[in-house]
Amino acid sequence: MLSYVVRRLLYSVVVLAAASFLVFTFVSVSGDPLAELNIIPNLSEQSRQNVIDRKHLDDPIPVRYGYWVRDAVTNQFGTTLLGDRPILPDLWRVMKNTLQLVLVAELLAILVAIGIGVSSARRQYSAFDYTATTVSFLGLATPVFWLALMLQVLVVQVYEHTGLKLFPIASLNSIDPGTGIHFAIDRAHHLVLPVLVLMVASVASYSRYIRASMLEVMGSDYMRTARAKGLPERQVTMRHGFRNALIPLVTLVALSFGSLLGGAIVVETVFSLDGMGLYFVNALRANDPYPVMAWLMVTATMIIVFNLIADIAYGYLDPRVRYE
Amino acid sequence: MSDDASSAARDLTSGSPDVPLAYGSGVEMKARSQWAYVRIRFLRHRLAVASLIVLVLIGLVGVFAPQLAPYGYDQPNYDNAVQSPTLEGWHLFGTDQLGRDYLSRVMYGIRTSLWVAFFVAFLSTAIGTTIGALAGYYSGHVDNLLMRLTDLMLTLPGLAVLLTASVYLGSGDPLKIGLILAFLFWTAVARIVRGLFLSLREKEFVEAAKAAGASDLRIIVRHMLPNCLGPIIVYATLLVAAAILVEAALSFLGFGIQPPNAALGKLVSEGQGEGFDLWWLVTFPGLVIVLIALCVNFVGDGLRDAFDPTQRRIRA
Repeated sequence: MLSYVVRRLLYSVVVLAAASFLVFTFVSVSGDPLAELNIIPNLSEQSRQNVIDRKHLDDPIPVRYGYWVRDAVTNQFGTTLLGDRPILPDLWRVMKNTLQLVLVAELLAILVAIGIGVSSARRQYSAFDYTATTVSFLGLATPVFWLALMLQVLVVQVYEHTGLKLFPIASLNSIDPGTGIHFAIDRAHHLVLPVLVLMVASVASYSRYIRASMLEVMGSDYMRTARAKGLPERQVTMRHGFRNALIPLVTLVALSFGSLLGGAIVVETVFSLDGMGLYFVNALRANDPYPVMAWLMVTATMIIVFNLIADIAYGYLDPRVRYE
Repeated sequence: MSDDASSAARDLTSGSPDVPLAYGSGVEMKARSQWAYVRIRFLRHRLAVASLIVLVLIGLVGVFAPQLAPYGYDQPNYDNAVQSPTLEGWHLFGTDQLGRDYLSRVMYGIRTSLWVAFFVAFLSTAIGTTIGALAGYYSGHVDNLLMRLTDLMLTLPGLAVLLTASVYLGSGDPLKIGLILAFLFWTAVARIVRGLFLSLREKEFVEAAKAAGASDLRIIVRHMLPNCLGPIIVYATLLVAAAILVEAALSFLGFGIQPPNAALGKLVSEGQGEGFDLWWLVTFPGLVIVLIALCVNFVGDGLRDAFDPTQRRIRA
């Protein structure tokens, strides 16, 4: 087991190194990092030269990549291109906010999806099952950004017609959020709509998955054995069926982490939340390759760690799976 | 199996899929090809058929947008600015602050977005099938390379990679956006085809073809590929829905298709820029995206049931 984990981690380091070099080369070859500089009027030749010197833009790409790796490892991912602002402190701040948003949304989504999926499977082809199927198809066909906008439109329309302020439609906190419990309530109030939007796609896909997995388990021999023993139906589905049907969900949730971050990019942009997604979009808009590189490396690391945890958990939950 | 499929393809083109057989028992039976069964099973799936019809209609609207649209894509009309949806003057989807008709704009948007989606699905399926087939059949270096590349792709969040690529490759052009999307999407197709080929390779009919002296190319194209067509077609269909949603998100964020090209995602973001009082500007382009993605998914679902009768589900 330990050797498996070590081997996986070593392989991940190689993948990360390859990915970082490819992205760095791609960004350096296809983009002109000085393009943003040239827009600024009356820029002195001296300050222009300063930027070039600081980021070693005169050197060939492999050398620049070497400097980047040095900064990434020893110097908190270095600084931004123009403002010379340290990258990692900013990234930490937005990461905490995003993880808060994503984890809350994911946890709620799993709970709701389990409820829907299990009920659908227990009453296959019932009205509830058909409704759940239709709604999940709708959820998967709805663009995240549009759903977010429609909720904003709804809140604004309600406010204009009744004067009722249902939920804030932008930012993570009010201007003066207070402290302690007041801060927490204010934050929760601001997160309602973003969490709701992020949940929709997850609930739609997880509930389909749980339903299928539950149906598969329902037909297995040990379920028949459990019934034959005379166990009450409730105990059969929950203790014997449900717990086994849940195992594949571990993998699915971990593998969805990347697409969840994609959702965060869109949701944070629409609701102007100070999270990783908005940070990334702003870095792209500023045409600054350094925060973009740092962002991609941090998320790639998170995805690798999540996948590893999922694999280990899977082996632990399902003894038939063994790693060597 | 494979000969069934290829003869079916011939039958379909010649227009006589059903060949009556005389059994002499008085019972008239028909020999049906695999494709005829697929078609019959698909037609039985009412929701999928209805979705296909809606999709074709939307597609026609897109193709004939220049002829059908009551107004030009970028044609301002200050007398008619900020109209909520109305039958008057055919402003069914309302107008924006410049008086541009959103029904017309959405029609042009469908044209571009649908074209990009089908282009992406076709290109990534073609690339993915070719590389997946080679990787699955030879399973040597190609296979290794493919798997490592997929590992690489799975390590980074897809949307982030797309955004980065479209920023640095200079976006705005539908063709470029389509190429970027296809470049990210083909690996998934390749993985699926590789898996199918790995299992088909061990089948007796492949061994028989090899023993008969068929070349590798012939075995791949004539014997193995026809047996994978079902899953490939289903996946390609689902890719259309994925492509239209991702392209919309890219265009919405401002990194996808840019004016003067119309795109549904871009229309939503332009509507957002005009303020939430003009709710119709955000609502209708988005609704069209949902409708297209929903129909494509239903068609894909119907095709899956049609190609794989063992997984058939009873439907309302």
